[in-house]
Amino acid sequence: MKRIKILLLLLIPSLLLAQEPTGKEILERIDQNMASKTTITKSRMIIHGARQTRTIEAKSWGIGDEKSFTEYLAPVREKGTKMLKLEDELWIYSPSSDRIIKISGHMLRQSLMGSDLSYEDMMDNAELLEDYDAGIIGSDVIDDRDCWIVELQAKTAAVNYQTRKMWVDKQRYIPLKEELYAKSGKLLKKLELSDVEKIGDRWYPKKLVFKDMLKKGDGTEFIIDEIKFDEVILEHIFTKAALK
Amino acid sequence: MIRFLFKGLLRDRNRSLLPILVVTAGVTLTVFLHCYITGILGEMIEFSAKYTSGHVKVMTRAYAENKNQLPNDLALIEVNELINNLNEDYPSMEFVQRINFGGLLDAPDEYGETKKQGVVVGLAVDLISENTKEIDRINIRNSLKSGRLPEKSNEVLLSNDFAEKLEVKLGETVTLITSTMYGGMSIQNFIVSGTIEFGVQMMDRSGMVADISGIQDALNMHDACGELLGFLDMANYDDLAALEVENSFNKKYSNPSDEFSPIMTRLKNDSIMSGYFDYVDAFVGIIVTVFILAMSIVLWNTGLIGGLRRYGEIGVRLAIGEEKGHIYRSMIWEALLIGVVGSLLGTAFGLGFAYWLQEVGIDVGDVMKSSKMMMPSVFRANITAPAYYIGFIPGLFSVTLGTMLSGIGIYKRKTASLFKELET
Repeated sequence: MKRIKILLLLLIPSLLLAQEPTGKEILERIDQNMASKTTITKSRMIIHGARQTRTIEAKSWGIGDEKSFTEYLAPVREKGTKMLKLEDELWIYSPSSDRIIKISGHMLRQSLMGSDLSYEDMMDNAELLEDYDAGIIGSDVIDDRDCWIVELQAKTAAVNYQTRKMWVDKQRYIPLKEELYAKSGKLLKKLELSDVEKIGDRWYPKKLVFKDMLKKGDGTEFIIDEIKFDEVILEHIFTKAALK
Repeated sequence: MIRFLFKGLLRDRNRSLLPILVVTAGVTLTVFLHCYITGILGEMIEFSAKYTSGHVKVMTRAYAENKNQLPNDLALIEVNELINNLNEDYPSMEFVQRINFGGLLDAPDEYGETKKQGVVVGLAVDLISENTKEIDRINIRNSLKSGRLPEKSNEVLLSNDFAEKLEVKLGETVTLITSTMYGGMSIQNFIVSGTIEFGVQMMDRSGMVADISGIQDALNMHDACGELLGFLDMANYDDLAALEVENSFNKKYSNPSDEFSPIMTRLKNDSIMSGYFDYVDAFVGIIVTVFILAMSIVLWNTGLIGGLRRYGEIGVRLAIGEEKGHIYRSMIWEALLIGVVGSLLGTAFGLGFAYWLQEVGIDVGDVMKSSKMMMPSVFRANITAPAYYIGFIPGLFSVTLGTMLSGIGIYKRKTASLFKELET
């Protein structure tokens, strides 16, 4: 009997250990929640600047990581501005100048509408598993929820952030907090995700707070008011003709 | 005794004319050179003041902390009211609005799509107001390479190289993509009215000059600007006057606990200029000291020669019984008189030439055109307080010291051998 007890004591931790997913499995589960074939989103971006808070409303259509189209609805100065992303290229249409302008190179790292997000952040919708290797480096509690702390290391240099640290909800497989680092190890941005809701068969955070650590201000809230997954989107939206 | 000596100097021109002429020439050169060097180096400081720093500059405290990043989101607001207050407080000064901005400049093809684009470094100044002094202040008319100055708020000047890089011709449209003061996206069309050569590599690579009202519109900066430059009512920067304005302004308007309250900094405290000020002070000091030393040696030599030339005369005076000390003292008094007269004349001539150069200046505009430098086209002298006394250092003391040194020989002469010396 005593031997059985000892055997059980030895086996239980290894059984528990076996239940803990690998970094790769966590990323797969996160991608299942966050990625989709198509999305149609209505959102608000609340930018807490050094001097004032602005709210920008937008509607977006997206197909995977390849194509997205965003139309800004408010405020008046931004209303009618449209952005088209095709692969790694971005075009902006501005009604005030009646011009379609291609944004490229380091301009993509500039702030999107004065927010804490860059154009690159907005364009980055790739599945995590494609670009990163991951490993669990610890556990923590965020908003009373048990989380794994997962460290992501980029597989290639072509990503915006070489290292990411994620606090992933152990039950819902949604990151609740994230830190984004440059190759040098400098912390560039912090991200907090909340208001996690069950939409269909996936969990999805409807509020994201970005903080650019190199910028003044209290960060940018990105609030998703409506989101639809895997709806049919007509291809003509993703053409330059649709910008004007 | 001085009157007697003075009469002697006037009557015996062989004894006084040459030394006075040499002292006058030396002092004239010293005074003129001092004014000229001070003027040219001051002109460079003044040019920087006109272009970037003002004699004083007003920014928000937050902007001042991050001014290298051109943080227009931290710009001054309610600027017109502030300018009115400043005009009341400092009626002799002029305050002008400036906006430094960056972004992307996009040149369209015939279909309106992006043909070329590049990062732009921009400066917005008042180019189209009726009484604007900004065009002359930053010497933009002389820097114009093609086209004309902007006449409307939506017209801009591009650096010649940048216009070529973007393949933009005069009269064509370019689009500025940047951020508004409140962080929003700004996409605004401008027409290229002309091209300029800045002479500054960064500006020549990607520079743009626009009217301030056009940029205020584009950046949503109505009644706002990044910097207010203040200019004292004097040709050259006066640090004491600027310090007085700086202190009184900051006492009245600046609040250390409010990052958006205005703060004034004077030219000498400007991060770029402070080093240059030290350099100029050191440079002027070294050049003037070396020149004064050289002139001192020349004038000292004049004193020595004077003393030696009068070897025979002194021998006669000793032979007829004049005391050695009396001769020595009278020679020193004579040297002092020559020094005073020469220094006064030299200072007057030096100041006269310097005044002429201060008022008229030397026009180097034609030379500067070929050198492609955006810098003052007229070099002027500057008469400062030291110019009134600096000539007396070589003029007065060197001649006197030279005479004192050569006069020591008087005490070495022996009465017994005087007649023998006089015979030869």
